[in-house]
Amino acid sequence: MSGAPPLLAFRSIACLRGGRLLFERLDLSLAAGEAAVVTGPNGVGKSSLLRLAAGLLRPLAGEVVRSVPAAFADEKPALDAKLALGRALAFWARLDGVSPSPGMEAMGIAHLADVPVRILSTGQRKRAALARVVSAGAGLWLLDEPANGLDADGLDRLAGAMAAHRRRGGAILAASHQPLALAGAKAVPL
Amino acid sequence: MIALVLRDLRQAAAGGALFLPVFFFLLVATLFPFAVGPDGPLLGRIGGGALWTAALLAALLPIDRLVEPDREAGMLDQLAVRGLGDEQVAAAKLAGHWLGFGPPLMLAAIPGAALLKLPQEILWRLEIGLLAGTPGLAALALVVAALTAGLRSGGALAGLLLLPVAVPILIFGAGYVEQGGDSGALKLLAASSLFLVALAPFAAGAAIRAARD
Repeated sequence: MSGAPPLLAFRSIACLRGGRLLFERLDLSLAAGEAAVVTGPNGVGKSSLLRLAAGLLRPLAGEVVRSVPAAFADEKPALDAKLALGRALAFWARLDGVSPSPGMEAMGIAHLADVPVRILSTGQRKRAALARVVSAGAGLWLLDEPANGLDADGLDRLAGAMAAHRRRGGAILAASHQPLALAGAKAVPL
Repeated sequence: MIALVLRDLRQAAAGGALFLPVFFFLLVATLFPFAVGPDGPLLGRIGGGALWTAALLAALLPIDRLVEPDREAGMLDQLAVRGLGDEQVAAAKLAGHWLGFGPPLMLAAIPGAALLKLPQEILWRLEIGLLAGTPGLAALALVVAALTAGLRSGGALAGLLLLPVAVPILIFGAGYVEQGGDSGALKLLAASSLFLVALAPFAAGAAIRAARD
């Protein structure tokens, strides 16, 4: 590894949830352009690992070092159900200081901008959550089951967005039990 | 921060939830003359306390929509990932909640006072008291909402948690309204309200963080 610090580094991480030790002595490092996919059976701690990386959970032991802002997407859409999709995404874009449109274009939901979030399908909500990640402009993407609910076109768009992000020097940490189109990704079996 | 305050306010307005406490407040105010009879002097004597009780009960109504929907939808997680402290988010929620709760209630106190035939100086004192006391009620509602977020029977528990702690506000608020009430009660009301407002972001923030584990 060259002189640049990794975008994300796990140093000897142990994670305890609900009195159960999910994993310990986990090391992981992601440099610019790299990707890692966490795999393993249900309940093994994939989501917890991503929440640790996002700073939403504290490790029992070890240290999580992040040198860039992260964008996080899990199964919760975090969009105001009553608002039109465009306005719901614009709220986050304003917080991030960006425009919501590149992400909406990339995930193919630009035509849904006026549709209220509450009547969107599961796949459309997933695309919206991913669109927020694409727009946010964060160096590190943390994607928890990003392929869930996506159709073939959605998967293609996700693969395209992830490839473009890595070409720009971003890193991706994903948890998935479906194959993701991430060429040369490190495997992190739990 | 301001974007968060505006969002909370807009959320409340969009759901019509802004008017729920107001109508509830007026409804309770209407019930008192039915219960004790249309006796002007009597109503004038108990009216201030009755309206304060109504305000306290109205403060319970918005609790279930303050924190739980945002936790459930993952909004709180997304804000935390962006580096916003849970205390900051709670402070923004407090401001947004009070703006949608305090001023409407103060407006509703005008017809409420008319329903109870309260003289003008009593209404005036009621308004000053509500201005000082509703931030405290809003702060309590937020803390209780954060504590009960994610619990199954959170709504019932919220009432049990909030009402006993809100008793000082009721005592000092009603004490100030009473004819001949001195400004000491107002100072105590403002002090307890300020204490709750200062404490609420930290207590609610800690509760939000604890709910994440």
